[in-house]
Amino acid sequence: MKFHSSFFTSVLLAAGTLVLAPGCNKSTQTGSTATDPANEIVIGEVGSLTGNEATFGTSTRDGIRLAIEQINQSGGIQNKKLRVVTMDNQGKPEEAATAVTKLITQDRVIAILGEVASSRSLAMAPIAQTNKVPMVTPSSTNPKVTQVGDYIFRVCFIDPFQGSVMAKFAHGTLKVKKAAILRDVKNDYSVGLANFFTETFKKLGGEVVVDQSYSAGDVDFKSQLTSIKTKEPEAIFVPGYYTEVGLIARQARELGIKAPLLGGDGWDSAKLTEIGGKALEGSYFSNHYSPDDTSEHVQKFIAAYKAKFGGVPDGLAAMGYDAAMVLADAMKRAKTLEKDDIREALANTKDFQGVTGRITIDHDRNAVKPAVVLEVKSGGFAYKETINPS
Amino acid sequence: MNWKNNSTLRAGVVMILGILFFFGLGAIIPTLFNAYVFTIVMYAGINVTAAVSLNLVTGITGQFSMGHAGFMSVGAYAAAFLTTVILPTAEIPPALVPLVFAGSLFFGGIVAAILGLVVGLPSLRLRGDYLAIVTLGFGEIIRVVILNVETIGGARGLPGIPQWTSFGWVYSVAFLAVLTVRRLLASSHGRAFLAVREDEIAAEAMGVNTTRYKVLAFIIGAFFAGVSGGLFGHFLTYLNPATFDFNRSFEIIIMIVLGGLGSTTGAVAAALFLTFLREALRPLQEITQLDFRMIIYSGLLIVLMLTRPNGFLGTKELTDFGFFRRFKGLRQ
Repeated sequence: MKFHSSFFTSVLLAAGTLVLAPGCNKSTQTGSTATDPANEIVIGEVGSLTGNEATFGTSTRDGIRLAIEQINQSGGIQNKKLRVVTMDNQGKPEEAATAVTKLITQDRVIAILGEVASSRSLAMAPIAQTNKVPMVTPSSTNPKVTQVGDYIFRVCFIDPFQGSVMAKFAHGTLKVKKAAILRDVKNDYSVGLANFFTETFKKLGGEVVVDQSYSAGDVDFKSQLTSIKTKEPEAIFVPGYYTEVGLIARQARELGIKAPLLGGDGWDSAKLTEIGGKALEGSYFSNHYSPDDTSEHVQKFIAAYKAKFGGVPDGLAAMGYDAAMVLADAMKRAKTLEKDDIREALANTKDFQGVTGRITIDHDRNAVKPAVVLEVKSGGFAYKETINPS
Repeated sequence: MNWKNNSTLRAGVVMILGILFFFGLGAIIPTLFNAYVFTIVMYAGINVTAAVSLNLVTGITGQFSMGHAGFMSVGAYAAAFLTTVILPTAEIPPALVPLVFAGSLFFGGIVAAILGLVVGLPSLRLRGDYLAIVTLGFGEIIRVVILNVETIGGARGLPGIPQWTSFGWVYSVAFLAVLTVRRLLASSHGRAFLAVREDEIAAEAMGVNTTRYKVLAFIIGAFFAGVSGGLFGHFLTYLNPATFDFNRSFEIIIMIVLGGLGSTTGAVAAALFLTFLREALRPLQEITQLDFRMIIYSGLLIVLMLTRPNGFLGTKELTDFGFFRRFKGLRQ
């Protein structure tokens, strides 16, 4: 009896495997028939809608959705409507690679938007490049992403720029001579920013007196902070994500460290001040845009976003919006809606007025644009100054 | 010389024929499927190797290891270190690529095996839960060490690995892993592995050096995990330590538990099944706009475990059934 039942299961199992494999093929056909090529343009998006950085993924997706909706309302591109197919990657590089392969081969997208994190973009970029599908990443700041090939673009500034912005700000505006660094070694973004901060800060004549590290997920930072305190820095550069930064700020003040904290766009979340509370007052971070910007197009974007999703858009939503808008702008300028022509048009993007500043794509396919420095003030973020690319 | 009676010779012939078959198939497969399905087929093959090698440790020898992804990452990084950081890959003549790739995969496997020895010797004196915790800790240590080594990219990951992994490579390695386990089981080593699993004290009383055999199974398992990691790296062309966290180890454990602990056939089938299942559920996401994949996937696992606690096949092999029974005799 036992023999029979296990034999039966194994047959079922084998049959299941066989059914599933062609099942994948089948969706190719349904996928391509569902798309009507006559009046629709399909764009793919890969984002971390679940996983550790889910808020980044959902903010970006909302920004992209808003942009697509606005483009379609104003008549679409060459009389065609845009449609976005969004794929989740659970925050895993290999999932991102599978998702982008699916978008290119099954959904036959003509361009890709994504990913937020550089680690996922680096897994996706070689696939987009091999298939010659233009890919625009909203906020992957690692320089290596666009070095993959001539089909990969970004609409954000890169780590060297953000690191050096804060170094310039610390040296120029805050007149800091001695700085400390507390970096998240688990995070490629944090390590990148810390390295480029050090480089620029030293070049400007400053001194990095101590370089400590932690790992994302840590909750106790007292030993690192104690060692920082003994060196008496005038500012501490903490280019991590908001959760740990909030805790670090609290513990730093408990230990009696008065120096302001400095950071990058990883701080950009309403959660930052929820966690950090008053401890973060008077700290600064660089960001892509400020909701306080009074210019008309920024306020229009914020109003539209609030109406659709409720709540003020964070930097990632603004980046997602700009990425979709830059892509749409390139499609409008492109000779035809072929991938090569779109790539060509993307590469020629010049002085595009985005929510996050004037975007020009340079010959390395990186965006040249200003960064803003924000101050944490009475529980919110206040615009401090704009630092232009040199 | 009667080849039917010389098992070593026979295994050699089977091995060469198998590799030729899979490389031959590799010439056809990519033309049959589109790139997306092909990607899944490749991941499935890599998972087969990982599952079969873990099954040797956990299913056959009965040592519960939770650090298999750690060995995969060591192999992946060691192989990629050779081909990406050390060697001027662009200057290697195409004719030499298979040789260099085979060498670096082997290197990755050996480094993982050495680590298997280092970890296995002290920790395999422990049993059950304690061993699980030690191996879990070890897997995390490897990941954190890699995060901190700048020459292999650290937290930024290692991009630009040449894409050398092909269908033939993936499935030949999987085939070799299956063949190795099968041959081992037919030998006195295999009997010792099974004895350790069934009753460690009885095995020791019968003169089996239990620690030695546990470590041996661990080393062989680590070797194939390392090779599968190398294949993974050279397929994705990018490595990031986050890929090999303990969730990855659990995925492989789920595969072998679902297939039936101790059954190589089960490990192969479950690795293929689970890899395809995850992707087969993906279209659901387009309809619902939410990612229900993992919920359904996990729910299915719960149902399967409740209805078949021993996994699909228990400890049975393909050679226990009908037509395939005639091959069973060959391994004894």
